Amino acid sequence: MSFLENISTELQNLIYIFASILFITGIKMLGKEDTAVKGNFLSALAMFIAVIVTFLGPEITVNPYIILAGIVVGALIGSLIALKVKMTSIPEMVALFNGFGGLATFFIAWSEFNSNADNTFQYVLIMITTYIGGVTFSGSIVAYGKLSEKLRIQKGSFITKLFTTVFYASLIYLLYAIFLTKTLSLPFDFYILLLALTLIGGIGFVLPIGGGDMPVVISLLNSFSGIAAAFAGLLLTNNVLIVAGSLVGASGLILTVIMAKAMNRSIGNILFVGYALSSTKSSSEETGEVKPINVSDAYLILENASSVLIIPGYGMAVAQAQHVVRELGELLEANGTEVKYGIHPVAGRMPGHMNVLLAEANVPYDVLVEPDDVNPMMDTVDVAVVIGANDVVNPSATEEPGSPIYGMPIIEVHNARTVFVLKRSMSSGFAGVQNPLFFKENTRMLFGDAKDSIGGLVSEFKE
Amino acid sequence: MEEYILLGFVLILSIYLGLELISKVPSTLHTPLMSGANAISGVALVGALVLGSEGQLQNILAFLAVTFASINVFGGYLVTNRMLKMFKKK
Repeated sequence: MSFLENISTELQNLIYIFASILFITGIKMLGKEDTAVKGNFLSALAMFIAVIVTFLGPEITVNPYIILAGIVVGALIGSLIALKVKMTSIPEMVALFNGFGGLATFFIAWSEFNSNADNTFQYVLIMITTYIGGVTFSGSIVAYGKLSEKLRIQKGSFITKLFTTVFYASLIYLLYAIFLTKTLSLPFDFYILLLALTLIGGIGFVLPIGGGDMPVVISLLNSFSGIAAAFAGLLLTNNVLIVAGSLVGASGLILTVIMAKAMNRSIGNILFVGYALSSTKSSSEETGEVKPINVSDAYLILENASSVLIIPGYGMAVAQAQHVVRELGELLEANGTEVKYGIHPVAGRMPGHMNVLLAEANVPYDVLVEPDDVNPMMDTVDVAVVIGANDVVNPSATEEPGSPIYGMPIIEVHNARTVFVLKRSMSSGFAGVQNPLFFKENTRMLFGDAKDSIGGLVSEFKE
Repeated sequence: MEEYILLGFVLILSIYLGLELISKVPSTLHTPLMSGANAISGVALVGALVLGSEGQLQNILAFLAVTFASINVFGGYLVTNRMLKMFKKK
């Protein structure tokens, strides 16, 4: 049925090796700033080559026009979303694409179940691939809903608990499907039930996890989509699927570990416990006075500062303040002030969220510094400006052994000479922990919308 | 069975290779790496091409698998490229 039925399996496999080399080189280059664009191109080239030789190979049984139709439809939808999306919506976009990859492997496993489940080993692989693919899909869709704020379901609500229960049930049913189905006969189609439980279970997997833990979840789902592809490769005995899928699985795993370390929590704690249960009553009920400041006083201090550190958090993303922040940074630099940005790995809703936002606003990436680099020289910083960040600058993490976030690496802004905290109100951060930073002697609170406050500072500078 | 053992080797070695290759990523690249890796996971497209075609359900499943994997591939690579183009040095 294929168009040109003349590529042999041997030639196909040789070209697969070449494609694998390109994938490996591509992902390696993607990990370095100077070569990242080229790395992404190489991996796209690898994908193109792998798809073409498969399409021309002897294994195609589906009508080629169906395949071409699918590719054209997918290409149109994917390209449209990718080119239209605003940079601030990147987190949910990544989650959505990730889900679609998982869904594709879910369908692959389903199709293989119908046509190719003849030995036990294949059968087990089909069950596992179905499960990982399905959980990746529905989990990613929930992550998409949470990140785009379309889905607002309370953590402890009945619905959440219901879905979580189905998640655990689905795990048990998976084990059952793997080990027992061959020996028991059921009054219903057990595989259809597995498909359904998998999809519902995936919802229950992500639903109870809070917004602040999203960087971990989204990296983990990323890893899952790779592992699902690798298992599909085992199932279809296809090397290029295995190699590429494993690379994705590994890179997602690395990001997951980096994120968990940045919160000083184990992955299990993030996925299955959450802050609510791990937090004991905060040992010191904070009662000090907060010292508010207005825009013109803040301007006077900033104007005389010789070094300023800006610490953005999720609040900057919400307020869409990245462009005014860049403008303020440039004005400060024109005024002879040294400006740096302190980026915490888990600030925002996905790994590297702040970096993307600031890049979009044209902030060069070499003025972004990580906590380890900036903390030792914090006492030389005249003003630390905290914009919509909370837990990542909470000194309880270093000072209060009883605090739920104790031990989490933070940006130690409280050691700077002066700290400005831009905040809407006095509510606590995602972790639900009170922040003693607000009551420190050297802290000034600049209440209000971050975009308006920074905008006010910018116009003061321009006058 | 022997074939699966060989494939298992490929799987394990690739995971180790991946862990070694990407262990030190600057935080600037966390998002692009995730989104680029995400595009690579669209390699499921290769698997979707070789599915069975006996019966209508099989054809529908193949079409859906190809479509969603293609969204993943095209969307993933384009959005990663767009993002990387924004990163500038001073």
